[in-house]
Amino acid sequence: MGNSHGHTVAVGHEHELHHAHAHDDHHEESFVSKYIFSMDHKTISRQFLITAVIMAVVAMMMSIIFRMQLAWPGEKFAFINMMLGDKWGKDGILDPNMYLALVTIHGTIMVFFVLTGGLSGTFSNLLIPYQIGARDMASGFLNMLSYWFFFLSSCIMIGSLFIEDGPASGGWTIYPPLSALPEAIPGSKLGMTLWLISMSLFIVSSLLGGLNYIVTIINLRTKGMKMTRMPLTIWAFLITAILGVLSFPVLLSCALLLIFDRSMGTSFYLSDIYIGGRPLDQVGGSPILFEHLFWFLGHPEVYIVLLPALGITSEIIATNSRKPIFGYRAMIGSMLAIGFLSFIVWGHHMYMTGMNPFLGSVFVFTTLLIAIPSAVKAFNYITTLWKGNIQYTPAMLFSVGLVSSFVTGGVTGIILADSTLDITVHDTYFVVAHFHIVMGLSAIFGMFAGVYHWFPKMFRRMMNKKLGYLHFWITFIGAYGVFFPMHFLGMSGVPRRYYTNSNFPLFDNLGDINELVTVFAIIAALGQIVFLINFFYSMFKGQTAPQNPWNSNTLEWTTPAAQHIHGNWPGALPEVHRWPYDYSKPGAERDFIPQTVPLGPDEHDGGGH
Amino acid sequence: MTLLYILAFVLLCVALGYLFRVIELSRELKTEKEWVPTESDNRMMGRFFLVFVFVFITWSLYQIYQYGYKCLPKSASEHGLKVDELMKYNMYIIWFVFVATNFVLFYFAWKYYGKKDRKAVFFAHDNKLEMLWTVVPALVLAFIIIFGLKYWNEIMDKSTDEKAIKIELYSKQFDWTARYAGVDNAFGLDDYTQIDGGNSMGLDTTDKKCFDDIIVKNEIHIPVGKEVDFQFRSRDVIHSAFFPHFRAQMNCVPGQVTKFRFTPTITTAEMRKDEQVIRNMKEINAIRAAKGEDPFEFDYVLICNKICGVSHFNMQMKIIVESEKDYKAWLAKQKAYKTAVVAEKN
Ligand code: HEM
Ligand SMILES: [Cu+2]
Ligand SMILES: [Cu+2]
Repeated sequence: MGNSHGHTVAVGHEHELHHAHAHDDHHEESFVSKYIFSMDHKTISRQFLITAVIMAVVAMMMSIIFRMQLAWPGEKFAFINMMLGDKWGKDGILDPNMYLALVTIHGTIMVFFVLTGGLSGTFSNLLIPYQIGARDMASGFLNMLSYWFFFLSSCIMIGSLFIEDGPASGGWTIYPPLSALPEAIPGSKLGMTLWLISMSLFIVSSLLGGLNYIVTIINLRTKGMKMTRMPLTIWAFLITAILGVLSFPVLLSCALLLIFDRSMGTSFYLSDIYIGGRPLDQVGGSPILFEHLFWFLGHPEVYIVLLPALGITSEIIATNSRKPIFGYRAMIGSMLAIGFLSFIVWGHHMYMTGMNPFLGSVFVFTTLLIAIPSAVKAFNYITTLWKGNIQYTPAMLFSVGLVSSFVTGGVTGIILADSTLDITVHDTYFVVAHFHIVMGLSAIFGMFAGVYHWFPKMFRRMMNKKLGYLHFWITFIGAYGVFFPMHFLGMSGVPRRYYTNSNFPLFDNLGDINELVTVFAIIAALGQIVFLINFFYSMFKGQTAPQNPWNSNTLEWTTPAAQHIHGNWPGALPEVHRWPYDYSKPGAERDFIPQTVPLGPDEHDGGGH
Repeated sequence: MTLLYILAFVLLCVALGYLFRVIELSRELKTEKEWVPTESDNRMMGRFFLVFVFVFITWSLYQIYQYGYKCLPKSASEHGLKVDELMKYNMYIIWFVFVATNFVLFYFAWKYYGKKDRKAVFFAHDNKLEMLWTVVPALVLAFIIIFGLKYWNEIMDKSTDEKAIKIELYSKQFDWTARYAGVDNAFGLDDYTQIDGGNSMGLDTTDKKCFDDIIVKNEIHIPVGKEVDFQFRSRDVIHSAFFPHFRAQMNCVPGQVTKFRFTPTITTAEMRKDEQVIRNMKEINAIRAAKGEDPFEFDYVLICNKICGVSHFNMQMKIIVESEKDYKAWLAKQKAYKTAVVAEKN
């Protein structure tokens, strides 16, 4: 499978090898085609990563600004004035409209730009061709387009911060009518238009990427790379891509209808509205329709964010425990189950919309079902550590951190999934705590783990381990410090998206929790400076990477360390003979057996012995 | 405040100092493979994890002790007691899972830290174990689902109480208006195109059923022990009527009527005597006194819980639960819609 394509490319490269200056032709590539409009999956992966890092820094700064407002409302901060200027941060006090705008753009950037574009874009691009033994993505051109659409949409999203009325501010879920009516909130003027344009481009990027990932995985696997020999990373990317391809178009139609309502006077989402001193003509639409369409993407989206992180950590935990991942098939099965179920649970975001209680019951049932495959995954990770020989690279620390936050955040999901209990915690800080611990911590930890682990494949250098340790501990402690206490705010009834909790006295004595949260947030944010220094410093000055720094089995570590080659392998494509998790196999000489090593005479492939 | 700045600054300096030292050191060691975790690295990280899990669990217990009483006081509605009870059992379950799983995870993380002479065990799968942790969560979840849905259906059932008090809550940016059904115990129709200064709820003035409806702002009164059948409408964007103390919530959606009913069980006066409420009010009033603000007395509130615009954080209304006698006396003083309009016109 896939060899025909592989060969045509391979021929050129094999021929090349016979020349003394084997790679001269690559040096002749112009700067533009090599670094900017590159079609090479490795370059595109780095482009995605660096863009995402910049977006993440922006979104994190936003969270610090609004956290300062929440902890010390009314206090004047030179910092806020410096960041936002006199218009939005007059005298150092955050403007309430800007508060909502920051929360909105923070959420949008984190969910879509960092954890969807950034996470899948970086690692699917880097690892799919490498780990399945392909020369590149099925279509390098579409892949390049995917990045440039992403880039453009990032620019528009950031650009929207600088316009007169401010950026979109109806929350990242942009529920109409708030987002449809410019009279309702200043952010629903030009800001919302830009948000919709940006997100439409983002969806195009995501679809181009996703289709490419799927086709590549299905068609371009090297000889011997059966589906059941694929590393769990690849399984995760495959399922993620399928989820994206099935659900993003729904978001696009959802956004399109909103665009029609906003600018063409249709009434898909609008009915019986009186605003700005006059009744609107639109009748017959339903804002609830929007919610259904939005969450039909929105829920799979949280798994689009999470699955790649889980795939990445599966790989890292196995490698660094020096053990096979426990229950390889169960891991695949549970990812498939999660992927499937994620399409039939969206209603759990809508229990309080007045939906038919029976329909609510159905969603309670399907949602709680998802907990089963999730639990299987968590226990399998833990069993993988059991009797391992754990090597604490920074990537491994983040992976263990992910398992912890996946459990801690997962269990509160049980509360939210239970419609009866959701009555009291819906839309409160309990929700904010829950989704940050699962999405914010787990997925971000997975992303960090991936960066530390595959940095040598991206930049041919190693990141500094000690700095990685420091970064992990600040982040891990800081992040739990931010989000654990938020549960208590929620259970005190504090709603989310409130500019201040002290406008009426009821929540006044929660100020100490709010301060604690903000202090931890500032510490955690400063901790990211350690990461940034390590990242950029190592890119240029880090120790030179060897071919296989972590003694890992997968194919990417069989490519030469010294340079990036167009087509990945200088000679023929590697042939795969075994699954990727033969770590510490009894009878083997070393504690790892790369996938390219043929099976011994009485050796079984896979987990059996 | 300044203290925090200083603290943050000191931390930053320490972090940066450490950072540069590390960079220096690792430069000197350039020939060595800095990235490979040594046995002492592994031991240290393993120990950190073990310490972490104890600190983490202790800290979370401490938070329950420290912040637990700040959470909502006992439910002031009948169905809310069920919600609270279900919440309690669910919390026990997830608390146990959270502690046990994290503990085992970090315990293994410490116990099996990498050593030179250690060899990992090749253990790839075990059907019995996997069955175990598929079936056990499934059973626990079955219980959670069954009880959750039982209560959910009871709570969300349509009102069958003929004598239930009917109140409509009408939301707009950024306040609440209430309408009582009046003597005929039926709401008149509404028509959003008729909204104007004198008809802020958009009642259909051609419908006679409207005339006895009573419109109130700022606060609503409800009698203790009687079912209140709320319906919700919205004028502009989606809002959400959130009654935290009654464990009740429902979105207000333009173009649609939504419903929620509950029976209040504790009057405002009684709730003010609740120990937990007293403790919180004491704290709040100490904070207010320090800022030179008036003391505050506990009241039930209705707050908006769906982002609805710039003053979303200030969209509230007072709810007063009182004896039926007081309620009737209060209601008698309110003007019916028609009288109010006529009075205004004169
Ligand atoms: C530096 C760490 C972070 C801090 C301190 C932080 C804090 C916050 C806070 C306080 C809110 C506002 C909650 C509200 O009023 O509703 C918020 C919203 C949000 N955050 Fe974060 N966050 C952080 C990182 C992340 C990450 C990594 C993600 C990725 C999933 C994320 C996703 C979101 C989303 C989706 C929202 C909701 C936005 C909305 O309400 O429309 N955040 N964050
Ligand atoms: Cu969901
Ligand atoms: Cu509102």
